[in-house]
Amino acid sequence: MSATHKPTLLENDGVRRSLLLSPAVIMIGIFLIMPLLMVLVFSFLQPGTYGGVIWEFSTDAYRQFFFEEDFLTEEMVFTPAYLEIFGASFTNAVIAVFFCFLVGFPTAYFIATRPARTQGLWLFAITIPYWVNLLIRTVSMLFIIRDQGPLNEFLLNLGIIDKPLSIAYTQYAVVLGLFYSYLPFMVLPLYAAIERFDFSLLNAAHDLYASRWKALRYVLFPSVRNGIIAGCLLVFIPSLGAFIAPDVLGGGKQLMIGNMIALQFQGSRNWPFGAAAAVILLTFVLCLLMFFAWRASKSSQSAQQKAQHKAQQKVQQTNEGGSH
Amino acid sequence: MNMDIKHYPGTRAITIFCLLVLYSPMLVVAVYSFNSLRSISNWGGFTFDWYIKAFNNPAIQSAALNSLSIAFTASLIATAIAVCASLALLRGKKFKGQGAFAGLLSLPLMIPEIITAVASLVFFVAIHLTLGLGTILLAHIVFCIPFAYLPISARMKGISADYDQAAMDLYASRWACFHYVTLPMLMPGIASGMMLAFIVSLDDFIVANMVAGPGASTLPMTIYSMVRIGFTPEINAVSTLLLLTSTLFVGGSWLLNRGDKQQRSE
Repeated sequence: MSATHKPTLLENDGVRRSLLLSPAVIMIGIFLIMPLLMVLVFSFLQPGTYGGVIWEFSTDAYRQFFFEEDFLTEEMVFTPAYLEIFGASFTNAVIAVFFCFLVGFPTAYFIATRPARTQGLWLFAITIPYWVNLLIRTVSMLFIIRDQGPLNEFLLNLGIIDKPLSIAYTQYAVVLGLFYSYLPFMVLPLYAAIERFDFSLLNAAHDLYASRWKALRYVLFPSVRNGIIAGCLLVFIPSLGAFIAPDVLGGGKQLMIGNMIALQFQGSRNWPFGAAAAVILLTFVLCLLMFFAWRASKSSQSAQQKAQHKAQQKVQQTNEGGSH
Repeated sequence: MNMDIKHYPGTRAITIFCLLVLYSPMLVVAVYSFNSLRSISNWGGFTFDWYIKAFNNPAIQSAALNSLSIAFTASLIATAIAVCASLALLRGKKFKGQGAFAGLLSLPLMIPEIITAVASLVFFVAIHLTLGLGTILLAHIVFCIPFAYLPISARMKGISADYDQAAMDLYASRWACFHYVTLPMLMPGIASGMMLAFIVSLDDFIVANMVAGPGASTLPMTIYSMVRIGFTPEINAVSTLLLLTSTLFVGGSWLLNRGDKQQRSE
């Protein structure tokens, strides 16, 4: 009975496998990949008068980011308006990442150093808001910070301020919204990294007279680098393309890329321009993801190679030891 | 001494601050939904009036019905698709392109929502599909797939293929093996995945708003347009109900997963 054939549910059955995979592939292929390709095509067409497109090749949509036609002279004039929206989105996203890290890292550290039994509960508390309706969370934030909201009411009653703070519909509100929306995304990967960290290394650092800060800077941070990168990416990417926070908390006055794209398909109706903006955003996001995925796979490969090398050495040593 | 080095002062305070930031807006809205006065500064006593008012609002009624039926249908279909996909990818020999297929399944997670939204709109208009509940449903099925797939595939990885082999050694047909052996063991993963898919669909505003067309409206869309006019305690009441629904579903999904892990570690 040495080489018995052990059947499993799907062994050597390409037909069944393809049949089982096809619903997922068809749904994602037709209703996600095709639409994305169509956006790419539309970005090279001419805008129709009432939305939609005219099937004529053109690169106007991309040029529109930099230039605008002057009404009088019909010359193309450099206009930085759209670039400024990209810049503002970038700035908002970076600030949101910064604050998320500032709050997220100590939180993740605190949770990772709790007894194993309670860690799950803490994590769950951080996770719930992620699953809860983002629009409603953002609307709730607006409810609190608006001029006649509970926050201002509270501060006025305490006498800390004598007239309401106008936070709503400013850039501060938008950044606050991004921070609040994506904070859980920072904590989760950081927790996962810190949880795997070997805390005896901190003891070693301490024994070698490292200060707390130095131990953090030179021992903990480098060990959890991948977690930090993952957390920052997970906050940065959705912040960059955010729609709800700038729309609700910025009140349409603080445009970010996401709102600009949506506007082209709703109000001002220039589909190719909206498509071009979407293509640029998506290209940027995918490049960012691929770059870090590539780096991560490279570093894990080299770690694997090191481990393999060590194992080989060990085997050699024991073999040599055994032959004597 | 050990604990001292691990302990960084202030982390507990920051964690509490973090939770405060995350939860206070939701809690404040929930509290105001029970205030009998419209006022922000005065508490007029506890009341369910705003909930009753919200339930009797025809716009909210129809939007809630739309949201629930879309979320139910989308999560059911996405879960079925995810079960099939996890069987294909995790039961059987490794094959070429396996990683690519797994990547394809998580693709909807990587595309910024606003781009999924406009891409769906462009596509539906181009193939002359009338915008409405149907187009929302189609778009929702697609982005629910990865959320259903994650817990289902995690569970599937935890079930040893030995069970399949044992069943088939005893002359079970493939279908019988799946039906009586794999499926019951997979059930916690399926329930967990379906719950996640359900709330992801229920929560969506961006995609639905783009592909809904003129007539159809879901609950988040209705809340959005009501807020545009001004805050009312009714909005607080509906919001609180939606927050509660999501929390219950995530809680359920979490408990199923936790039971799963405990079983395995025992």
